[in-house]
Amino acid sequence: MRLQTTRTKSIVTTAMAAMLLLAGCHKKQSAPPPYTAPPAAPAAAPTATLTAEPATIDLGQSVVLTWHTTNATSVSIDGVGPVNLNGTTNVTPSNSTNFHLVATGDGGTADANFRVTVRVPAAPVAGTSSDLPDDATFHAAVPDVFFDYDSYDLNPAGHTATQQAATYLNQHSNIKLLIGGYCDERGSAEYNLALGENRANAAKTALVNAGVSASRIRVISYGKEKQFCTEQNESCWQQNRRAQFNIDR
Amino acid sequence: MVNRTRLNLVKMAAVVGVMFLGSAALHAQDNVFTGTNTGADRIRIAAANFRAGSADAGSLKQTFDSVLFNDLQNAGVFDLVSKSMQPQSMPGTPQEMRLDEWTAAPVSAAYVAFGSLSVAGNRVVVNAYVDDTHNAQYPQVLGKQYTEAGDDNGARTIAHKLADEIILRLGGGIPGIAESKIYFVHAGGGNKEIWMMDYDGANAHAVTHLGTISLSPRVSPDNSRIAFSSLGRDGFQIRMYSLLLNRPISFPSGGGTNLSPAWSSNGQLAYSSSRTGDPEIYITDANGSGARRVTNSRGPDVSPTWNPKTGSQIAFISGRSGLPQVYIMDADGAGVQRMTDGGYATSVSWSPNGQFLAFAWDRKYGPGAPGGQDIYVMEIASKRWIQLTNGIGRCDFPSWSPDGRHIVFAVGSGARAEVWTMLADGTGKHKLAGTGSDMPNWSFR
Repeated sequence: MRLQTTRTKSIVTTAMAAMLLLAGCHKKQSAPPPYTAPPAAPAAAPTATLTAEPATIDLGQSVVLTWHTTNATSVSIDGVGPVNLNGTTNVTPSNSTNFHLVATGDGGTADANFRVTVRVPAAPVAGTSSDLPDDATFHAAVPDVFFDYDSYDLNPAGHTATQQAATYLNQHSNIKLLIGGYCDERGSAEYNLALGENRANAAKTALVNAGVSASRIRVISYGKEKQFCTEQNESCWQQNRRAQFNIDR
Repeated sequence: MVNRTRLNLVKMAAVVGVMFLGSAALHAQDNVFTGTNTGADRIRIAAANFRAGSADAGSLKQTFDSVLFNDLQNAGVFDLVSKSMQPQSMPGTPQEMRLDEWTAAPVSAAYVAFGSLSVAGNRVVVNAYVDDTHNAQYPQVLGKQYTEAGDDNGARTIAHKLADEIILRLGGGIPGIAESKIYFVHAGGGNKEIWMMDYDGANAHAVTHLGTISLSPRVSPDNSRIAFSSLGRDGFQIRMYSLLLNRPISFPSGGGTNLSPAWSSNGQLAYSSSRTGDPEIYITDANGSGARRVTNSRGPDVSPTWNPKTGSQIAFISGRSGLPQVYIMDADGAGVQRMTDGGYATSVSWSPNGQFLAFAWDRKYGPGAPGGQDIYVMEIASKRWIQLTNGIGRCDFPSWSPDGRHIVFAVGSGARAEVWTMLADGTGKHKLAGTGSDMPNWSFR
């Protein structure tokens, strides 16, 4: 009986010591957070949504833009001008347009984007003849697409470039296209080849959505195996992060 | 009542005790065991200079002695007696062996490798012995005769075979790697060809002469083929080279870009293919038939590597969540698990025992970020990792040796790249192949 009491006591002591140790360990990890004044209740930030119906039209058709905002005091849409806080309007864009809405309120600004694609019919232009343009003419009309760092999504400049390329290619249906995907020299060779493939395919997808037949387009990823520029700085790396359009002869 | 209180106290004490022990165990093990430094003392062994058994053995004997010494040194399991400490005597047979010379300080060897090398006709013959210096009555633990072609390469081969035999007997039963090969990419003249060399960097020579850019060589488990990817008219495609026929053999293309092949230990291939427009991991047999897709996510999936122990799991690199990370999955594509927690992680290689991943990792990736890309090893079960390289330049493409004790890797990139090797705990780093050498791949055996 006596022995048992002692043992229980010693177990309790061990347990307490363990708890103390644990508490000690725990204390080290959690320094008291620095004091910060509770923020003053801010004005609610505005929100904005913008849609268009239909999203893709033929040249000459119109679309209905619809927008909703909350907590805004003024709203404007690029190309349309100041508009009501909520509403709809008809627009007839002559080429593919990014509609950009900015809602300003006491709590800041919010913006919303919606892209309307306009299918421009292939105009019968010189060049449907069988001879191909020379490379300089081609590159002037079909600019390369440059990508952000470690990204294979088209940025706004990339959208503009692919639309320009699509317009030209739709007018010159005899041209077959080779898209090369390139990466800058940083990063790992195998991964960059896969990333370059995604870049070239992003450009291809944009062209196909703009009406260029997929059968005219061939895609090759060069990763970082072929570099346009070999200096080690950002402007050079940017040169190398591209999808390049070439005539597939 | 009292008894019940006491019982509750005991229960509580037990619970707290278990919690405490659990946390203590977690904190005590903050290192990763790679098998090269397990706490056991390294065996002290001496590699005596062999006795020349014929007058014309001179230069071959020199090659043999230095290769044997380096092989035992590189093994990572021995404490090798330096040549300058060795006794003057050069025993050529067990009868000439005087063990007390080798047990006395400063030699203090537990084992001695010795013997004789002679040239007979156009053959080189080596009689090799290993003695246990602490067993005076029956010291011999190894006695073998080797014969090879009578040239430098023959002497080198015999030294590698003897070293592997000694490592197998004294190094815990794991076969040595001195006869293994390393395949790599060699840049020159605007092209990149597949080259091969011995595990110690000797005999480096070209395998392919395709006159284009070839990348990612991976040798098959039976050393009969090399799979790689090569730039042709349709971009990068998987190519196959037969080491038995010494020429390329056909491999079908499924469309798109095809990259980064990887052999399973039973001869299946996994590789990245963008036949759907997005790079995904596919598995085929060794001839490229029966392709099946095992990943399904937007973004690059590339650089697969099989678990060589089980053949039932694949590690790979994916950009599905932004910057590339290491993932593992079952070979049927189920059970995908992300292993790295950020940064830029590429070029994963699975250790032969199945427990570790080696990969290149830039933990603070981005323009102007501090640090660089180094080789890391992660224990798969715990996701704990250690950094193996630091400050020697941009490191990439680690590949495990067959015994799991070594990792070969590339330092630098492009035309400046070199191939280096190290023990799997990061020690013993040294260069194997000079500038223009990249993407090394260690053979399965």
